[in-house]
Amino acid sequence: MKILVTVKEVAEAADDFEIEGTDIGEQYLEYDLNEWDDYAVEAAVQLSETYDDVEVVSATIGPERAEETIRMALAKGVDRSIRVWDDDVAAADLDVAAKTRLFAAVVEEEDPDLVLSGVQAADDGFGATGVSLADEIGFDWAAVVNDLETEDDLSMAHVHRELEGGIEELTDVDFPAVLTIQTGLNEPRYASLRGIRQAQSKEIAEFGLADLGLDADAVASPISRTGMYEPETESDATYLDGAADEQAGQLADVLREKGVVSE
Amino acid sequence: MSDVLAVADHRRGAVRDVSFEIVRAGRELADDLDGDLHLAVIAGDVDAFADRLSLAGVDAIHTVEAGEEFNHDLYAGATAALFEELAPTAVLMPNSVNGLDYAPAVANRLDLPLVADAVDLAYDDGLEATREMYGSKVETTVEVSEEPFAVTVRGGEWAALEERADVPVEAFEYEFDESASGARVQGFEEVGAGDVDIADAEFLVSVGRGIEEEENLELIEELVEVTGATMSSSRPIVDNGWLPKNRQVGQSGKQVTPDVYLAIGISGAVQHVAGMKGAETIIAINTDPNAPIFDIADYGIVGDLFDVVPALIEEFE
Ligand SMILES: Cc1cc2nc3c(=O)[nH]c(=O)nc-3n(C[C@H](O)[C@H](O)[C@H](O)COP(=O)(O)OP(=O)(O)OC[C@H]3O[C@@H](n4cnc5c(N)ncnc54)[C@H](O)[C@@H]3O)c2cc1C
Ligand SMILES: Nc1ncnc2c1ncn2[C@@H]1O[C@H](COP(=O)(O)O)[C@@H](O)[C@H]1O
Repeated sequence: MKILVTVKEVAEAADDFEIEGTDIGEQYLEYDLNEWDDYAVEAAVQLSETYDDVEVVSATIGPERAEETIRMALAKGVDRSIRVWDDDVAAADLDVAAKTRLFAAVVEEEDPDLVLSGVQAADDGFGATGVSLADEIGFDWAAVVNDLETEDDLSMAHVHRELEGGIEELTDVDFPAVLTIQTGLNEPRYASLRGIRQAQSKEIAEFGLADLGLDADAVASPISRTGMYEPETESDATYLDGAADEQAGQLADVLREKGVVSE
Repeated sequence: MSDVLAVADHRRGAVRDVSFEIVRAGRELADDLDGDLHLAVIAGDVDAFADRLSLAGVDAIHTVEAGEEFNHDLYAGATAALFEELAPTAVLMPNSVNGLDYAPAVANRLDLPLVADAVDLAYDDGLEATREMYGSKVETTVEVSEEPFAVTVRGGEWAALEERADVPVEAFEYEFDESASGARVQGFEEVGAGDVDIADAEFLVSVGRGIEEEENLELIEELVEVTGATMSSSRPIVDNGWLPKNRQVGQSGKQVTPDVYLAIGISGAVQHVAGMKGAETIIAINTDPNAPIFDIADYGIVGDLFDVVPALIEEFE
């Protein structure tokens, strides 16, 4: 069996940041493996440890910088990686449909039995790529999976979908399938020193649009970002200022005044 | 045609709040487009749901009678079929967990641009939508140059439309056989019961990822002890197994309405806020002055929890 895991390198804004044009200035961004994808990687690696002959391949749409994040996934047990990028992709404003076309081409190339993605990317937060891809490639799917049990013949999975308000939906999904993984599904491992060493010699294959049989139309998007700003705060918060002990003193007064602490 | 098709959300026999909000979002967009608002009600007791959703501003309700509960193949298929029939300019679906499970498929199948998790919509010669990015630290505007288009609507952003009216209801025929579907719902399970019910607490001290290490939870436990508060948390603390699920506040945890909610090292992600914005008084301690939690706080302390919490414990010792 082959499992494809989509792994995104996400950007996080520093506490103090500035917006330049329609994005946060590059110097204020820090990059990391998307939290949800960390759980997806762990799920894939656990399956490869449970069953014989399971290959785990990761796929990333991202610039060369993303290889640091990809190496992290390789160090955690992904067997090899694919990175999709070229000048046309770099110039594009990737929407869900564009990502779907790119990943569908990767699926065509790799022919996996199971695709694991995260529920959402922490930075752009579409929460849509996995299910869109499933529909495109004709796989069955389940979104927001926080419990996963596979049949031993790997023909299907019994999953829980985490709904709102502490309710979980129990669903059976036939393979091939796309599952979008929710945090808390498992305990993502830290990369071991040995893993990190091994990752250095694992393959990261680079694909441009032409390598995937696509052209620039594949990343053309009718959705364009026209502005970014810090939300006008509706806050009328009273800030408690001063050194920590002064802040704590004022806070203690507030709590006493609200009557939630005796004394 | 310049109509809007919106899809209602319901679960286990009850219409979910977002349905009343999506009707408002849909009505406003239909007004901008000078078109009609069609509402789709799919699966379950559709006649009862249609009655609940007979709201002023809805021009027609289309019921799809098939199955008891949500199934994404049914929702995606029926929504796409209604789209073909009505040829609207916009399809609005909720960004609920079920929305996450079918809306992207609808957009892909119909080849529509998808604006996900919109918090505001305006139409003037084309759609301009507002979304959030980077964990709600910034808002962005996006323009959509193609029509028709699909949008998923974030819950809690539009005021519920409650005014009732007589809305024509039409049954829409859509053949569906769940046993032939590749994903079959087997049932539901309630999780998160346990020793304490944080929903009953008057004073919640809630801890988030800012606490960094499991050992550091002792600090919060001490604060809870000296103040007589109840401890709750954001999701990562529960995901890490540091606290049981019944302590989680938020969309997939508990909704709480204490007199005082003290958020320590919690950023204020939308799924967290969904569970605590109803608290009487919200107080936040966070090192990041831009953390979205301050937008809903009544009192804010910009500071390091490892300095402020020990000092606060001293106040009550
Ligand atoms: C479908 C779905 C459902 C979800 N359901 C829930 C839910 O029910 N509940 C929930 O909480 N989340 C939920 N989430 C997750 C949510 O999106 C966020 O990831 C989560 O709420 C973040 O938790 P946090 O604020 O503790 O962590 P972070 O966002 O990482 O924030 C940590 C904060 O701590 C601050 N900090 C760091 N160090 C210090 C310090 N020394 N002193 C003071 N402050 C410090 C940082 O500035 C930051 O603001 C859900 C997500 C999805 C997709
Ligand atoms: N550029 C990308 N590279 C790799 N995976 C991605 C990328 N964009 C989205 N994904 C995957 O799709 C999931 C959902 O992302 P999104 O729909 O953008 O919120 C993520 O958790 C990833 O698994």
